Amino acid sequence: MNNQELKAKIESFGIEITFPEEETQFLTLTVNPSKLHELAKQLKEDNDTSFDYMFCQAGIDWEEYFEVIYHLRSTTHGHEVVVRTQITDRESPTVDSVYNLWKTADFHEREIFDLLGIKFNTHPDLRRIFLDDDWEGFPLRKDYKDDINIVEL
Amino acid sequence: MKFDIYDFSVLTASIHESLGSMMGETAVIITEMVIVGIIFLTLFAVLGLILVYVERKIAAFFQQRLGPMRVGFWGTAQTLADVIKLLLKEPLITKNADKFLFNLAPFIIIIASFMAIAAIPFANGLHAFDIDIGIFYITAISSIGVVGVLLAGWASNNKYSLIGAMRSGAQIISYELSVGLSLLTIIVLTGSLQFSEIIESQREGWWLFRGHIPAFIAFIIFLIASTAETNRGPFDLAEAESELTAGFHTEYSGLKFAFFFLAEFMNMFIVAAIGATVFLGGWMPLHFGGLESFNSIMDFIPPIFWFFGKTAFIIFLMMWFKWTFPRLRIDQLLTLEWKYLLPINLINILIMAFFVLNGWYF
Amino acid sequence: MKKEVVNEMKEQEYFINMGPQHPSTHGVLRLLLSLDGEIIKNVEPHLGYIHRSIEKMCERDSYKMIVHLTDRMDYLSCHMNNEAVCLSVEKAIELEVSDRVKVIRTIMSELTRLSSHQLWWGVMGMDLGAITSFLYGFRDREMITDIFEETCGARLTMNYNVPGGVMFDIPDNFQTKVKEFITHFRKKLPEYDDLLSNNIIFRSRTEGVGVLSKEDAISYGVTGPSGRASGFSCDIRKQNPYSAYDRVDFKEILYSTGDCFARYKSRIDEMWESMSIIEQLIDNIPEGSAREKTRAVIKLPKGEFYQKVETARGEFGVYIVSDGKKSPYRLKFRSPGFSTLNALNTMAKGSKIADLVAIMSTIDLVIPDIDR
Repeated sequence: MNNQELKAKIESFGIEITFPEEETQFLTLTVNPSKLHELAKQLKEDNDTSFDYMFCQAGIDWEEYFEVIYHLRSTTHGHEVVVRTQITDRESPTVDSVYNLWKTADFHEREIFDLLGIKFNTHPDLRRIFLDDDWEGFPLRKDYKDDINIVEL
Repeated sequence: MKFDIYDFSVLTASIHESLGSMMGETAVIITEMVIVGIIFLTLFAVLGLILVYVERKIAAFFQQRLGPMRVGFWGTAQTLADVIKLLLKEPLITKNADKFLFNLAPFIIIIASFMAIAAIPFANGLHAFDIDIGIFYITAISSIGVVGVLLAGWASNNKYSLIGAMRSGAQIISYELSVGLSLLTIIVLTGSLQFSEIIESQREGWWLFRGHIPAFIAFIIFLIASTAETNRGPFDLAEAESELTAGFHTEYSGLKFAFFFLAEFMNMFIVAAIGATVFLGGWMPLHFGGLESFNSIMDFIPPIFWFFGKTAFIIFLMMWFKWTFPRLRIDQLLTLEWKYLLPINLINILIMAFFVLNGWYF
Repeated sequence: MKKEVVNEMKEQEYFINMGPQHPSTHGVLRLLLSLDGEIIKNVEPHLGYIHRSIEKMCERDSYKMIVHLTDRMDYLSCHMNNEAVCLSVEKAIELEVSDRVKVIRTIMSELTRLSSHQLWWGVMGMDLGAITSFLYGFRDREMITDIFEETCGARLTMNYNVPGGVMFDIPDNFQTKVKEFITHFRKKLPEYDDLLSNNIIFRSRTEGVGVLSKEDAISYGVTGPSGRASGFSCDIRKQNPYSAYDRVDFKEILYSTGDCFARYKSRIDEMWESMSIIEQLIDNIPEGSAREKTRAVIKLPKGEFYQKVETARGEFGVYIVSDGKKSPYRLKFRSPGFSTLNALNTMAKGSKIADLVAIMSTIDLVIPDIDR
């Protein structure tokens, strides 16, 4: 399906989403973190969309809020979509895990937790993946300070 | 013109007599034992050095590179340098290891190899221990080597060594059957277990050619089983389990490790020598029954060259497998023995017995 | 023994560590295996031994500097990693590169793919015990590294692609050398089949071992030859063609069994396809400039850009979030090894320890790619 049809189909799910104004590479939509898992489940299970392959899951620190971005692709139809969700709680950011939908989320969410500090509910084994278990702080955050190890240009 | 093959028993008898004129009966026996012991020790050491160097050069040949070239002329002193290095290493013993058994294990393996090599005929009359149950004796003695392996694994007090030793032990014990049965196939033809008689019976031609199909099958099985017996080639999972363990000789260093290493090469030499003797005629030159002139020409080449040449050929075959094939898994190895080699062997013996009874061999 | 003691002994897990320094894990990877006798119950990878925080460095470096960091990730697919960043930067600043650049980039990528698969083949034989295959693979790979040395100046970290084109134009004898290599390798590749593929020991160690079903491959995101061996059709060169892939004709290799042998065969077949791609392009390299002019400091417009390429291990993605400055606000690398390692537990559960070595060598991991 092309982007117009996809947009219409996703809106027909009835979950509250917003679309950005500017032109983006893939069809992008933003959803509230509380509705994320529901939307993801529908995107995966509905036969017209059937997004069964998540090829990238990234976290971004926008200084006022966090954002987790899911890049999805359908192997049967060939269309792609990007789902974004914004987490405003900076003290203890949490969002639902999508491990039960796409198993690749196992390592990706551990990486986001390790480097950004975003916790995922219902993740089977959420712990640090790259850094030591007793590392303090989350390096990819913009306010992470490390005078010894970080070299500024 | 018939050229008689030189009989070394003339030489040994003359030495015996000259010694007998110098000292009493017991002293003569002891002196002879000491002489034979020294000769074999030297042979052991020299053969070990040569075999390690040859292995490295052959491996390099298969891998299209040169191998050791720098130490000595074309790398010939490489093994010597390695031996000196091993001797200079610190002999470690882990804290809770059973000291007596730990030190005993390499010696048991070496003793087993020595006793086996004593029974092998190198040339006509150059035969240290010509017992009338030759083949049986060698098969029995090589089983003692397993005890050394298991002791090494147990005495190291290391669970990984124990696992490696158990696997190695299971492998050796399983394949002893195939070795013994494949040798028996030829004994059916010769009718005697004694080595000198086995070789004498091949005067008209080697058993590999005269026994045609069953002898050929027995030879193939012997090659496979003896490679597994010596933990070499595609059956070396006990020591190449460096994924998890380094096998039963993990905890050994220095001279004791050198013993294990040497014992592996000596075992390879021994099984190759047995194969050469039983299947390829030992020191007997290539004869074809009825071709007198051809046989006389063949007799010009001294028998000791024939013996070492045939052994070298089989050793080359064994090294060829090692550097070509990937490794088998332990369960595949045991399946190969118990489900494939053993039934084939038994059927082969029956076929051979049938052929012998009907006289269908050359 | 008392029943409680027996039950307790049965429940105790037996841990073995395939530690960070290891001949068969192709990098620094620690695998914690929990065993039940000989059977593996669980494989837990511990990563981070070579984590160099490349993504954080990219937030400080300019785009031309980032290209050089990508070679150090998957060092066996340098050109393709560099190409990913260059393509996304060029797409963002709307710079059109010449046909010559596209063809050169494709030829170099396919040569890199060939050299990566040759190394993989050599190491695979060595892991399973056929040590000679290591030397055969490297012998053939030397010809490609010689070509790279003459063209790019380096043998491992090539740094050849830049935003706007390639750093130096190809030398005059490039075409002859590549054609010589192809004729040589076409004769040598059947030797690989003789040595390993048709060997009964090899086949019994790889067939039926480490099966990954198609649903699992899609769910775990296993792409590349490992994913295609399970039937997951994911070749980026066919789906979103970039550079000169839209003008060459090649097959996508798919197998359906998903075991080690299928992964092995799919890489060997890919080598044949790579050679045919190079042959189609090498004679007609179009004339043009090898490098377009760009500003000294490239600034991407605000927005997000995602570029996928097909490396020797799978789908490599570069996700750039830019806020108009000279370095990206956030750059994420989607590495193929990361997702494949995730699926290792599923593949290895229930098999023996010796099988784990076979599985690890067929999924072809490069740990710096995973750890970044």
